[in-house]
Order: sequence, then C-alpha cells, then structure tokens
Amino acid sequence: MRFIATFKIALRALRRNKMRSTLTALGIIIGVGAVIAMVGIGNGAKSQVEAQIASLGQNVVLVFSGNFSSGGVRSGWGGAGTLTIEDADAIQREIPGVVGVSPEVRGGQRVLANGQNWRTQVLGEGPDYLNIRDWPLDDGAMFTEQDVRGAAKVCIIGKTIANQLFPNEDVVGISLRIRDIPFKILGVLAPKGLSVMGSDQDDVIIVPYTSMMKRLERRTNINSIMVQAVSPTVSDKVQRDIADLLRQRHRIGPGRDDDFTIRGQQEIADAATATTRTMTVLLGAIASVSLIVGGIGIMNIMLVSVTERTREIGIRMAVGAHGRDILLQFLIEAITLSLLGGIIGITLGLTTAKVLSAVAGWPTLVSASSIIIAVLFSAAVGIFFGFYPARKASRLDPIEALRYE
Amino acid sequence: MPAVIKLEDVQKTYHTGEVDVHAVCGVSLEIAKGEFVAIMGASGSGKSTLMNIIGCLDRPTSGRYFLDGADVSDLSREQLADIRNQKIGFVFQGFNLLSRTSALDNVELPMLYSRDHPASHSALEKATHALEIVGLADRADHLPNQLSGGQQQRVAVARALVNHPAMLLADEPTGNLDSRTSIEIMGVFQQLNEQGITIIMVTHELDIAKYTKRNVVMRDGRIVADTPVAKRLNAQDELRRLDQEHQAVQLTS
Repeated sequence: MRFIATFKIALRALRRNKMRSTLTALGIIIGVGAVIAMVGIGNGAKSQVEAQIASLGQNVVLVFSGNFSSGGVRSGWGGAGTLTIEDADAIQREIPGVVGVSPEVRGGQRVLANGQNWRTQVLGEGPDYLNIRDWPLDDGAMFTEQDVRGAAKVCIIGKTIANQLFPNEDVVGISLRIRDIPFKILGVLAPKGLSVMGSDQDDVIIVPYTSMMKRLERRTNINSIMVQAVSPTVSDKVQRDIADLLRQRHRIGPGRDDDFTIRGQQEIADAATATTRTMTVLLGAIASVSLIVGGIGIMNIMLVSVTERTREIGIRMAVGAHGRDILLQFLIEAITLSLLGGIIGITLGLTTAKVLSAVAGWPTLVSASSIIIAVLFSAAVGIFFGFYPARKASRLDPIEALRYE
Repeated sequence: MPAVIKLEDVQKTYHTGEVDVHAVCGVSLEIAKGEFVAIMGASGSGKSTLMNIIGCLDRPTSGRYFLDGADVSDLSREQLADIRNQKIGFVFQGFNLLSRTSALDNVELPMLYSRDHPASHSALEKATHALEIVGLADRADHLPNQLSGGQQQRVAVARALVNHPAMLLADEPTGNLDSRTSIEIMGVFQQLNEQGITIIMVTHELDIAKYTKRNVVMRDGRIVADTPVAKRLNAQDELRRLDQEHQAVQLTS
C-alpha cells in the first residue's frame, strides 16, 4: 500500500515536469535505440552469412588437395593435385557414416552457344553432388553414374548461364560447346544466389568429373572431394577417419605434414561469421556508450531534482516519511524514466532497423533476447544512476531541509 | 488532566567547531491535554530548538521527553518519523505546502506515510473533512499558488489535523501573514482548541500570544516566565472590532 502510494507520488512528480522528464528519457531512448539497431544490423549480417554457409549443404566435409597451413578457406583451391579419384572411392568405400562423395575438378572455360559466348566456371562432379549440396533442379535431371563411367558429354547448367546464353528458351536437350566439344544439357539448376564470398553460385556448368578430366582439363588428379556425413554428430569422426585414411594412402609418415586439408562445415561457418560477430560487438559497444551517457543524464537530472525539491523532502519527512520512502520515491522516478526510455528506445531501434533494411538494403535481425537485455539494462541504468541522488535525498536532515530556500 | 508533553531537564548542545553552543539548557515543562500554549522569546532564545525537540524533529542531548505518556527521547530516526506522523500536526511559518499539488492532495500527504495506510476513498473522505473544519472545502482542488496566504495556512492546518494528532505544533504560524489574516488563523486555532485539541505555538509577537491560554517565555535556553494569559483575546470579537473600525474610517473619509 505504502509502495503503491510512493509509486504514484513518483509518477506525479515526473508528470509535473513533462519537458524535463522527456529530455532525460531521451538520453536512454537514443542509447537503447542505438544498441537495438546496431546489434540488429550486426546480427542481420551474421545470419545472412550463416544462411550462405547453410547453402553449402548439410554436414559437408571438404577435402582439399595440396597443403596450406594457414590463410582463408579458399587459398590453395586448385593447388597441388594430390588427391585422386581412388582417394574418393576409398572414402566412399571404407569410412562409416558417409552418405555421399563427390570428387571435384574445377576449371574456367569459355562456353559457346546460340552464337553467344560466356566465360564461366566448369565443375567436374560426381552424381551425388546435387544431393550433397541440397541443390534442386528447376528442369531436367542430373547425370548418372553411367555418364561418369563413360565420361559422357553431358552437363547441367546454372540459372545465370541459362539466362545469359539461352534467354527465354527451353534448354534441356540442346547442346552448348565447351572447348569446341558439344555438351548436351540435361538440366537447369534452381537459383542459389551469392556464395559466402559474394560470387555468383549460379554462374556454373556442372559436368561429370571424368569428362572434365579427360576431355576438358586433361589431368589425372582432382582438386577436392566433397563428402557428406550422415549427421552433425559423426561429422567430426568422419573428418578424423578421412585424415587417417588419406595419410595411409598417401604414405605420409608420422610427424610429417598432411598433403591435403580437411574442413568441416562448422569451421567454415566460424571463419566466415567471425568478422560479422566482431562487427556486432563493436557496433554494440559504441552504442552502449550512448546508453551510459544517457544514464549519467538521469543521474544529473535526479541530483538537480533532489536539490530543487529539498523543501518538499523536508515537508514529507516532517509529516512522517521515512528515509526509505524518500529513497524509494526518487529511485522509482529514475527507474521509470529509464524504463520508459528503454521501451520507447526499443520501438525506435526496431523502426531504425526496419528503415535501414528497406532503404539501405542491409539485412537486420532484432532478436527477442536483445530486446529483453535492453529492457533489463535500462532498468539497471536507472537503479545504478538513480541510487546516489536518491540516497542523498533520503539522508537529508528534516530540519535543514525545511529551512532550505 | 494527563500531560501530553512532559519535558524533564531537557538539554540540547550543538558542537560547532571548538565551541559548544547550549541552545537549550535544562528545560522542564509540562503541557496538559487541551492547553493552548505560546512559547515566546527573541531569536536565539532556544525556542526553535525546543520546538524541534517537541516536534520530534530533533533529539535532546540529555533529559527525558514524554509525548502522550511514551518516552521518545531515544527513538531512532524512523521511529521519530512515525511519531510525527501519528501524534503531531505541524503548521509552519512558510506554510510548506507542496507546490503544484492540490489542496486536497496536500492534506492527504500525512496519510500516505501512515503505518495503517487508509484506503484511498477513506483518505479522501478524511482529507475533505479536515478541509471542512478549516472552512476550505470549496477550494479542495485549488493549487497553493491559487490560494491566499491565509488560505494556504488553513490548508496547512487541515494537513496537520488529518491524522488526528495528540497536538498541533505551530512554528510562527502568523509570521508571513498580515494582521487581519493572522487574527483569522488564531480564530481557527481557538476554535480547534475549544474542540479539545492541544495547541503549542512558537511566536515572538506579543499580541498574537494573547490569543492563547498560557505563555512560556524563553531566554538563553531557559524558561524565564510561565504565566496564564490574563486578558485573553477572542479572535471573533477582534475581527468584528476591526470591521467596525474599517467602516468608521470609510464613513469619515
């Protein structure tokens, strides 16, 4: 009962100084709004990167030939050719928990069709490739094991190729020429969008890896092997087993470096999201500064308010208010200001995030947890910065306070 | 008659730097229920300090103070606050109303801090009743700055009365008022006193003290005189006389 009455007193005091209350809360509004918007931008970028990582496929393990001890994921692609088709077969045959294996040979080629030409990436892959990458076909069908065995002159093409070379045409069944060799188009891939690194994943032609090796690149080794584990839990074991198997096959003695590199999907995701995570933290930290400044604004105003209302405090104490009643009153004022500012700040932050997404095209993601944290944090700011002025008020001597002019 | 206030050899010493200031040195005083006492004295006589002790705003350095039969000499800050809330109604020289707060809300203030905090409708009823007693029921929703000095002091009296205290403590209640309004306020006090409310008033104005029943004079922290008022003034009569004089002046001019 006494608490409710004190609460009402505090609210009345805030209403009486509307302009001041609004300006004080504004510091918190901007602080919380900035934190919500900035963290939203950071999280949006992170989730976008994660979505791109997921477009790689489920539980994918990549085995690259060549040895690169450091650097980004892509450095060394197409490096020293130490992997062979036999390695891929062995992985498929001997390692438990593997559901799909696709040897990969990469190359860039100029493609001719329809009197047009287009330079693109040509991938030599196994028939499992689309299953591993969870990549559906818009039209037609994937080449088969038989096509691989016969090094067939068949291909499937990405959406970008289809649009560039065959605008408004039904392409399945017709041919395009790669290195003057006609390849029959079996299917068109569904669009997949940009990769983690920003390249167009749809600008691609996929042929059987045997065709790639014998007819286009004339080589005997492969760039990498894409392996799919049956579940995320066995993914680590599969990685270890592949390493053991390949060291054995490549006759690498103990203490010598691998001539291949294995990357799990999680590692790739971690590397790719590290930057955006750093950005999120940085943006959040900068925005937090304004929240702290807002808190100091509250403390400042509450101190002024205590001095200004010394006589009021004296009157209240004279008619029977305890020190803690006064403490509570000023604390509630501070917390109300900061909480109210927090709630309005959330609205402002959400709006800013929306506007940024719409206008600048940045993806934003405001999570429920960041909203809850913002509310709790603004309440904490109120308590922290409101406590000192409130305690000062509660310790006033009623006689002195009554005499205060 | 039981004593509402009983002071036994009360002393108050302030330590300011090197010198000890003996504001009150050895005051014994008894005030019975239903009395109307004026404590008088020049500034520096210790009457304000005595007033603060009687009002439980301050504690005596030594000596005993019994308020309404209970020893309040050694109570804590919080206990003193409760005593002030329950047993003492304050009226100050500067009115000390909360600004930008209606008369009614001002009167309700002591009830907010009562231990048995009344429900809001009964608090409203009590506050309205207190305003009726001082004749300001029709100004309940006025703000202090919309009221005259006399009206503001009446609101303060209503606030002092609302918790049914054992006594009303007035510190220079007429200090900020013109002579006519001062008499009006003394009229309110006399009325309340007739209803049985104990009133203790600090003043340095001799003619205001004449409206009370007993005058206690202080000098240098001691009581030097304690006399019943011989020719007590009646506020009603005085006001009537003032009106007649006023009319006479108007007729002659």
